[in-house]
Amino acid sequence: MSEFTWLVPLPVVMPLFAAGLALALYRHPKAQRVTSVVALTLMVAAGVGLLFLADGGPVVVDVGGWAAPVGIDLVADRLSALMLTVSSTVMLCVLLYSLGQGISDGDEAAPVSIYHPTFLVLAAGVSNAFLAGDLFNLYVGFEILLAASYVLLTLGGTGERIRAGSIYVVVALLSSVLFLMAIALVYAATGTVNLAQLGQRLPEIDPAVQLVLQLLLLLAFGIKAAIFPLSAWLPDSYPTAPAPVTAVFAGLLTKVGVYAILRTQTLLFTDGRLDTVLMCLALATMVVGILGAVAQNDIKRLLSFTLVSHIGYMIFGISLATQAGLGASIFYVAHHITVQTTLFLVVGLVERRGGSTSLDRLGGLAKIAPGLAVLFFIPAMNLAGIPPMSGFLGKVGLLEAGIAVGTPLAYTVVVGSVVTSLLTLYAIVKAWNKAFWQTPPEDVPPATLPMTMVAPTAALVALGLLITVVSGPLYAYTDRAASTLMDSSSYIDAVLGTDGRGQGESTDVSDEEDSGPEVEQDGVTEGAAR
Amino acid sequence: MTGSTLIDMSPNLTLVVATGALFIAGVYLLLERSLTRVLIGFILISNGVNLLFLIASGRAGGPPLIGEAEPAEMSDPLPQALILTAIVITLALTAFVLAMAYRSWQLHGHDEVQDDLEDRRIVRLAAKNSPSFTDLDADEVTESIDEQAAEARDETQRSDS
Repeated sequence: MSEFTWLVPLPVVMPLFAAGLALALYRHPKAQRVTSVVALTLMVAAGVGLLFLADGGPVVVDVGGWAAPVGIDLVADRLSALMLTVSSTVMLCVLLYSLGQGISDGDEAAPVSIYHPTFLVLAAGVSNAFLAGDLFNLYVGFEILLAASYVLLTLGGTGERIRAGSIYVVVALLSSVLFLMAIALVYAATGTVNLAQLGQRLPEIDPAVQLVLQLLLLLAFGIKAAIFPLSAWLPDSYPTAPAPVTAVFAGLLTKVGVYAILRTQTLLFTDGRLDTVLMCLALATMVVGILGAVAQNDIKRLLSFTLVSHIGYMIFGISLATQAGLGASIFYVAHHITVQTTLFLVVGLVERRGGSTSLDRLGGLAKIAPGLAVLFFIPAMNLAGIPPMSGFLGKVGLLEAGIAVGTPLAYTVVVGSVVTSLLTLYAIVKAWNKAFWQTPPEDVPPATLPMTMVAPTAALVALGLLITVVSGPLYAYTDRAASTLMDSSSYIDAVLGTDGRGQGESTDVSDEEDSGPEVEQDGVTEGAAR
Repeated sequence: MTGSTLIDMSPNLTLVVATGALFIAGVYLLLERSLTRVLIGFILISNGVNLLFLIASGRAGGPPLIGEAEPAEMSDPLPQALILTAIVITLALTAFVLAMAYRSWQLHGHDEVQDDLEDRRIVRLAAKNSPSFTDLDADEVTESIDEQAAEARDETQRSDS
């Protein structure tokens, strides 16, 4: 295991380095394209490598050789590795799609010289958030990806994007400040920001303080993950961005929030006091989100609302706090990243072919572009959870886990999730009927779909089907990932070792024990434990 | 570690009051419509959070450099490093939001955060209690059910005659 630990920082370092290179190459669009594609391909490779490596136990790197609780560490356990692999694959497909769009549009619609570096920085931020073994590093990861997302969302600076962007930016800034505040309070209460050490120390402090910290963190992550009362920003801001940008946001950004909730709920706050609250919020997110989708008349906004709604499923799995629930939730995240991104890319194609995203103005696409209809139909049915697709498998897993828990509330959410699933089908079928089956309008623009855009979309559709085909092994993997999450000691041992120190070699380890910061940290813990 | 080496963790009152004031003013400004005021609110809250980190680091001490002060006298360096990172991030985001506010002023002559048009449209439709979109078959309900039934029986009538 140890000879491959160099793989762990690669998903963060490579895109950042490539971003710098791409920015320096802004005069050479071709070289820029090659740089981004190569960097993301290598990222996928590193992700797959980590996927197998982490199956043997969490892989830890102490950055710069500083030992863990004092130094910064990157941790790749099964959950991180799986998230990393799925997200980097999806990002690669989206990049290829946007390349296809740029090539066929002659790069006029957007200033592409800034697009590539920003996209790569976004990739680095996502990886950093998934790998962070440190609450503050998680915050930095969030900031990297959010800063990149601000630029991507307001690309070109048109009036509509500035309007949508200002809402998005202000909400994201607020959630970041809340997160930072939570970190300050966590540090004040425990004297550390290292996740593993927090896992040891947080259970020792006053339960009321714990609850405040948990609520603050959940509030911050809840805004990012778009859980119901905090979700209103999402359907307003996402649809205005260019199709590939919306696709990557919808696929990844909210899932990073879900990942952060998953990590903190399982590692830091294991007593599950807020599980009931989370379960109620999951139900509200599902139902309110999908009712919004049913009312929408624009296909991009409709999909944004289904995105909010399906976040509820993942939160439901987390709130069950059982291995089956967490495993199903992780599987659902992997499924949903792929399928939601695919749908937004397909809608980009629909907009190109039909000239609009409004369901009033679209029509007859099944006749005009049958290939496009197939590309839309498969992920749409997957999203709605038609057997035997992965959406169905994920939902069945969640329902089974919910019934195994068996409380009245869990049963209510199970019923709610079935209703949501049916309403998703209704919303999707409505979009299908309107856009693909209704009598075509007289003036269909004579557009053609370039193969360079269709091929990456088809690849993503195939990836969605692949998840269905390999769902047996994948489900076993997510179940194992859930078992590592349930057993937080494996994470803590991997990071801190048996002696409470990481593998890094701080030269003055023995001196450090008696020096300033250590004295204080130990003092605080003792004070809190008393 | 014995109790005598415990560092005084009681927070500095001035810092606490300053943090509170920054938060109050910041939240008030965040609720404004103008992007510039929202930005100032964000900056105030961020600085409040930075002060919160300072409070979390405990009593002020000597510089945390080996040889400059006794280890027990040093102040905690970690929160200072975190504050520094947070300041850099706030600076970058401030620059971005300023650029966005300027662009908004260029385009619209103001920098107000606007409502979503689609939301407004749906609210208006809901107030009128009209469907959220018009179906092609929605206009054809003009003829009565009897007329429709007569049309449907067209074929049998023809075979009778």
